[in-house]
Amino acid sequence: MTVIFGIFLLTLLLITAVAIVHTTNLFVAVMLMGIASLLIAANFFLLDAADVALTEAAVGAGISTVLFLGALALTSEREKSPTSRKALSFVVVTLAALVVIYATFDKPQFGSPDAPTQTYVAPWYLEKTQEYIDIPNVVTAVLGSFRAYDTLGEVFVVFTAGIGVLFLLAGSAGGGKRRAPVGSDVGLSQHLIPRVVGRLLIPFILLFGLYVQFHGEYGPGGGFQAGAIIAAAVVLYALLEGENKALQVIPQRVLLGLVAGGALLYGGVGVASMMMGGNFLDYSVLAADPVKGQQLGIILIEAGVGMTVTGVLLIIFHAFAARGR
Amino acid sequence: MNILGIYYYWVFAVLLMIGFYAVIAKLNLIKKLIGLSLFQAAVFLLYITMGKVEGASAPIYGFGAETFSNPLPQVLILTAIVVGISTTALGLGIVVRIKEEYDSIEEDDIQEMDRR
Repeated sequence: MTVIFGIFLLTLLLITAVAIVHTTNLFVAVMLMGIASLLIAANFFLLDAADVALTEAAVGAGISTVLFLGALALTSEREKSPTSRKALSFVVVTLAALVVIYATFDKPQFGSPDAPTQTYVAPWYLEKTQEYIDIPNVVTAVLGSFRAYDTLGEVFVVFTAGIGVLFLLAGSAGGGKRRAPVGSDVGLSQHLIPRVVGRLLIPFILLFGLYVQFHGEYGPGGGFQAGAIIAAAVVLYALLEGENKALQVIPQRVLLGLVAGGALLYGGVGVASMMMGGNFLDYSVLAADPVKGQQLGIILIEAGVGMTVTGVLLIIFHAFAARGR
Repeated sequence: MNILGIYYYWVFAVLLMIGFYAVIAKLNLIKKLIGLSLFQAAVFLLYITMGKVEGASAPIYGFGAETFSNPLPQVLILTAIVVGISTTALGLGIVVRIKEEYDSIEEDDIQEMDRR
């Protein structure tokens, strides 16, 4: 049953992807990307990746759509040039697809428990999580503790991307003075239905974001997902009430503080564990009981991740929105 | 069952190449970025699919499940999604700056202006 449903979703996804590439209206393409993301998220859920599905739904269907729309508002909605090198590209792409499909005949069957992926290191993580860290969600344990270096790196990549967007877009357009914000604080406030529905939803989205943040050890969730969800709630608020109102609620300097503070908190936990006699990001030394120390460390670094992700996504959103004035 | 067992991978191969087609054949820079996102999504799906174990459940203890799917690809992809949106945003930022400088986001227009 799951397989059939998965195949159905994937076929829909392929149709959507073809439509995305085929249309010359970029607005349509962006909307279809949102649908594609939702299909991908549903598929992740079928494949037992609840954490990933949550992230994809918040990031792909929510924030990515808003960012693309922001970029469209600043550029143009239509593709002007015809597709170039159509035949050549098609041949190259078809050949490459055939090569990849040929390679799949050597792949283990879908869902096979004896595949090399399942038998090499994965069982170790599944077993030792309970012994060393004792939190139910293995994904959070691996993300926050076993592979904390990688996650630190990812947080810095997100941090750097936020700084990069600020460098690119935060200056005034074309070297001239920035025009006075005209009507940018109106938002969708004349439209009754989005406003009422949005006002009802925003508190619950925020609450859900906090739940995902602090319940990440026990259920699907964690800093990355929570950051995306909270950012989505604030973006919704900005769309409804106008960007200026959103900036009054959470000013730019608070966002910058969140971005830097989150990365610092993460690194600081690492330094603290060094100070207390362990290795960098070895949380076992943070408390008298190593398992409690691991749990404390994970909660702290997840908070750091959540802060940075929320801050960066909102800074990027505001950078695009401010450019449009 | 034999074909069903690898059908998933075929879908990802095709999706990967649909994205790649948009990157190489389309001249609009935003369309190229959309193609890149599709390409990326295909890789994400491939990783998560490889971690699935038949009859297992999500790798979270305490819900009565006995066997679990592989948590490692999930960790990789979870962070990759957020990093992906950040880098896409950076790309969009560059596109917006290009539009301001060249007043076009079509690759052929921009190259012609550069040649002049």
